[in-house]
Amino acid sequence: MADKMEKNTKKKSNVFRHIVTATLGNPKTQGIAIPIFTILIALIVGAVIMAAVGSNPFQAYYNLLQGCGLAPKESYATYRSMLTDFMNFLSYLTPMIFAALAVAVALRAGLFNIGVSGQMLAAGFTATILVGYSPLPAVLSKPLVILIGLVAGALVGGLIGFLKYRFNINEVVSSIMLNYILQYVCSFLINTYFVDPISRQSKAINPQARLTLVDTPVGNLKMDIPLGIILALIAVVLVRFLMEKTKMGYEMKAVGFSGSASRYAGINVGKNIVRTMLISGALSGLAGVTYYLGYFASIRPRTLADTGFDAIAVALLGNSNPVGIIFSSLLVTSIDKGSTYMSSASGVQAEVASVITGVILLFSACGAYVRYRVAKMKDAKEEQK
Amino acid sequence: MNTVIIDGLSFALPLFIMAIGGIYSEKSGITNLAIEGLQGFGAFTGALAAVLVAGYFAGTSSVPFYIAMVFAVIGGTVFSLIHALLCIRFKANQVISGVVINILAMALTSFLTKQINATVFGAASDRFVLGVSNRLTVPGLSSIPILGAVFTDIYPFEIVIVVIAFIAWFVMYKTRFGMHLRACGDNPHAVDAAGIEVGKVRLAAVMVSGALSGLGGICFAYSISANFSSSIYVGYGYLAIAALIFGNWRILPTLGACLLFGFARSGGYRLVQILEMPSSYQDLVMILPYVLTLLLLVFFSKHNRSPRALGVIYDKGAR
Repeated sequence: MADKMEKNTKKKSNVFRHIVTATLGNPKTQGIAIPIFTILIALIVGAVIMAAVGSNPFQAYYNLLQGCGLAPKESYATYRSMLTDFMNFLSYLTPMIFAALAVAVALRAGLFNIGVSGQMLAAGFTATILVGYSPLPAVLSKPLVILIGLVAGALVGGLIGFLKYRFNINEVVSSIMLNYILQYVCSFLINTYFVDPISRQSKAINPQARLTLVDTPVGNLKMDIPLGIILALIAVVLVRFLMEKTKMGYEMKAVGFSGSASRYAGINVGKNIVRTMLISGALSGLAGVTYYLGYFASIRPRTLADTGFDAIAVALLGNSNPVGIIFSSLLVTSIDKGSTYMSSASGVQAEVASVITGVILLFSACGAYVRYRVAKMKDAKEEQK
Repeated sequence: MNTVIIDGLSFALPLFIMAIGGIYSEKSGITNLAIEGLQGFGAFTGALAAVLVAGYFAGTSSVPFYIAMVFAVIGGTVFSLIHALLCIRFKANQVISGVVINILAMALTSFLTKQINATVFGAASDRFVLGVSNRLTVPGLSSIPILGAVFTDIYPFEIVIVVIAFIAWFVMYKTRFGMHLRACGDNPHAVDAAGIEVGKVRLAAVMVSGALSGLGGICFAYSISANFSSSIYVGYGYLAIAALIFGNWRILPTLGACLLFGFARSGGYRLVQILEMPSSYQDLVMILPYVLTLLLLVFFSKHNRSPRALGVIYDKGAR
């Protein structure tokens, strides 16, 4: 009897092993298979939580999709349809792609840019006060907003890089400090000079400076057209090119793997740190302008955008690969964006969405371990043969 | 002047106990950015316990506060196990793991707070109301000029913190365990060769940091915010990390750094009051500790020596 049971469990573990190695074992597809595996687990965990608080998880997940225009709702207001919801979702997605690229670029050189939110705020705030309130025509003001965002973000990012290179200050600590400093300084300036007394936020910017064309009549619909999404896709291509095809990208990667080894190889490590943070900051800056002058038109004082922190999750989930990031941003943003509709439609707390994102993150942090275990299982299987 | 000292201390000491936790973890070789999340989760479990038992005690009783403290320590410890699991067992990147835990803690506690308020207490609220803990003044000592302020209007948790901090200092520098712990951060292979399991020592260190972070978190919840809500995540944990780096990973200099943060903050607030500036200037005061940290790091980081094996995954086979 006991013998039989032992045989049974052995057989079971063999089947399990077979499934795991067959799905996750192929090194070529591992880059996609492991993140998908991670997401599935996180979605199951999310479903268990939702079921535990007494809601139908399938309904809730469907509501998520409806909320971001990926599935049709039962009814729409006039001038609205699934397409307008989807365009609005794209407008929300744009800053996330930029922010995740910023994290990914820094990660490539072994730097952890946790200051994306601060850099976004710096860029958004500077662009708002310099261009947002000016009467410049759209042809001039839109490129100017982008340029200012780029420069302001790069300056903050570069400062973090410089502090690390020159004074040996850990970039995590300095970017967190800068996050707080920027948050409070911008809050002070907004509250003293630019506050809208009714909304308690900064005054709304002029529409010609905004990077999302709001309520544009198209056919019988009124939709938001996010111009930034095109820029974001271009940025994806450019970052990929930079990382894979240029000497600069190669040097960054080398510094990321081993500072001392690249120093022996004659790579200027300090220069690379500053340069990487400049690029990362510039991308964060673009995230900032598409967030504060695109999806939104004002800045709420004393808050940092969650986008900058969620972007870490997105970058990790996308394996720091620019193309992967498009997909992971789609996923994380849709969970976030759809949560409002989900909470109103099925009564689940909207905070469940961030719990799911958190769990996705938790499992994607274990990606390396999963890879290691799968490889071990594969070896064991081969030995058995 | 007195208020500056009183408020400064009540801010600096919880920060200090969190920083000690951080020192334990980092001295053992595990980078711990998770302190922010750990203190928040600890404060959450503590606040939940306090709210649940509050009905059984009189309104002025301080028993719920001590229960909250115990549960905050437990909550912080349990949540820190995730960090330990990821960093020690799963060999994940320690910085990433820390950030992930912070995000998860924030998401989980704000979800649970809302959910528990809705289902258990039947109220739509995103916070647990705690009130401010009682204060006490030491008679005699408090009448000493200037220094007397140290003994005036102290929160009971300040005494607890001082006692625990002393024990932590003793364990770290005067016991075998402390010795092993510090060795794990500098030369884990030597520790392994001496027949001690590096993973176990590091696990203990991370758990200590979770416990102390939870304690710090509940102290902030009972003093500054008087409730538990997502406003607990304003960066106390990160400030504690800055303090310990500034204190060069040693307990006594870290105390100095925490006191500096505390007094810079309370002094700034007092200044706004004295000069009768509009309240929006408080935002400018809020940046003082952060600016100070950055400036001090600029001057001192060069001489700082982090534990040699900090953030390096221990691999038995590596040479």
